[in-house]
Amino acid sequence: MSDIDLSTSAPVLPRLSLERRPFELRALTSGLLTGLTWVIAILGSIPLFSVIIMLVAEGGARLDFEALTALPPAGFEMGGGFANAIIGTLVMVAIATAISVPLGLLAAIYLAILDPYSRMAQTARFVAKTLTGFPSILAGVFTYGVLVISFGYSALAGGVALAVLMLPTVVLAAEESMKQVPQKMTDAAFGLGCTRSQVIWKVTLPTGLPGILTGIMLAVAGASGESAPLLFTALFNNYFMSELMEPTASLSILIYNFSAMPFDNQIQLAWAASLVLVLIVLVFNILARLIGQSKV
Amino acid sequence: MALNPFEHAGAASTISGPPSEGDYLGDRLFRAVARACAGLIIALLLFILWEIGGLALPAMAQHGLGFVSGSTWNPGTQEFGVLPEIWGTLYSSLLALLLGGVFGVTIAIFLSQDFIEARLAVVFRTIVELLAAIPSVVYGLWGIFVVIPLLRPVAGWLHAQLSFIPLFATDLSGPGMAPAALVLAIMILPTVAAITVDAFRRIPYKVKEAAYGMGTTRWEAILKVMLPTASSGILAALVLGFGRALGETMALAMLIGNSNQINLSLFAPANTLASLLASSFPEAGQIEVQALMYAAVVLLLITLLVNIAGLGIQQYTVRKFEGKV
Repeated sequence: MSDIDLSTSAPVLPRLSLERRPFELRALTSGLLTGLTWVIAILGSIPLFSVIIMLVAEGGARLDFEALTALPPAGFEMGGGFANAIIGTLVMVAIATAISVPLGLLAAIYLAILDPYSRMAQTARFVAKTLTGFPSILAGVFTYGVLVISFGYSALAGGVALAVLMLPTVVLAAEESMKQVPQKMTDAAFGLGCTRSQVIWKVTLPTGLPGILTGIMLAVAGASGESAPLLFTALFNNYFMSELMEPTASLSILIYNFSAMPFDNQIQLAWAASLVLVLIVLVFNILARLIGQSKV
Repeated sequence: MALNPFEHAGAASTISGPPSEGDYLGDRLFRAVARACAGLIIALLLFILWEIGGLALPAMAQHGLGFVSGSTWNPGTQEFGVLPEIWGTLYSSLLALLLGGVFGVTIAIFLSQDFIEARLAVVFRTIVELLAAIPSVVYGLWGIFVVIPLLRPVAGWLHAQLSFIPLFATDLSGPGMAPAALVLAIMILPTVAAITVDAFRRIPYKVKEAAYGMGTTRWEAILKVMLPTASSGILAALVLGFGRALGETMALAMLIGNSNQINLSLFAPANTLASLLASSFPEAGQIEVQALMYAAVVLLLITLLVNIAGLGIQQYTVRKFEGKV
């Protein structure tokens, strides 16, 4: 036992220095990679600033009272605006919200509270996640088949297509938010003799409300910027909308149409419309953030 | 008769009492409605598949599988094939993934591995999130008036010097693959970055502490410990980003040039399934619309497969860190 000679049986290792020297290869590599990461991070944020600068410079120059109140100009016409497109976008997003929020909330209640581990809930959750990555143009094709073939292009069809896109976002955000409601609160409500629907309406929903609203706002922001589905459902219209069942203008389709035109006036209007569209999207994004910060 | 413990409550002027028949009925009704809404989500996906499949049925019967391998799109002679579009979709998405993936993962490392102080990281995260909030058409407009003019001299130089490399075989005349892929990369960057940050967050802090405790430099810890540990999450981020890129429509319809050809060159115009749909649909006649619906089915199948694969990997990652695998 005592005659084992440790000094010969142990392999002789080169003695590593515990000191860290600044010009060692490891330290240099680390520093180099850190620098590279900074460069990439800064490069990655350039597009956002470039887009914003272009929007303000090009769009801001043309954004006046006329642009916000007049109808789109024809070919060589000067002036004009995109008032009908602003109204169209807002109306279609409102329709989409009115459809997707109630359905999405109820589905989220089922997924988060009523039966979270059932096979149906797990399937529905997976399907909702699949639908968030669903190409938006296919929502347009779907609505085209369901509504447009029989009833023609309309604001209603546009709203339905956007609702298909909003639904999964609303469901997943609302579910996540309701799951955060402390078990103690719902248990206390049950202890007072509430039925399940009373617990949901009076405890879970009010407590989870900030998170749910954040999800809804983000879904609304996303839907306002959508254009591909509207191409198949709402088309475009050069005049103000008078009813829900006629082709309807939207900001995004106006930008798409005008960007391909050879006229300076239309290009300038496309930039101004982009600025308005981005502002609408940003307002909902900022609202989402503000509501989210007030979370319990 | 059994004693009713609540008997006194019904008569007295008190609000406490057992749930009434109406309460029970309302509760059951509410639960049934909620359940129906959850079922509606599943039904919606099935309905979408059924509806788009139904729209494409006439074209499917007429063109068969030759549609996928054909390479002409001529409404005049009713010849329809989407091989160039499938190629363009995959090629543009792969290029975008290459660029957007590198940037996305690096930015995720930058945000989650203590490179900047927490408050600055919040600002930076907001910038990345806003990048995702900008609508596709606005990116398209920006691409036409900023990216293409910027790329044109670079492309001209590369074509003049290196035209023997197939990637630079043509000149950039206007819209083309390179500006489209570049803008697409910017659009998927936030998706990749967000999911990768999430993957890093799932790694217990003690893993990193252990690495630092062994005397690693920051980058040895990131490259040898954090990245391998988060690898399945990063894979999910890349696959889901790829799925996003496949279905992206408007920016590509505005930037890629909508030309039916298979070309390796970065500067040649091309086409994708989604932008074919967007650009041909408005003027299409009935027969062409049916063919477009067939193209929609192809797009649907590709994106569904990629998305389901990405979500599968993501769920596997979550379970791995919760210790269930």
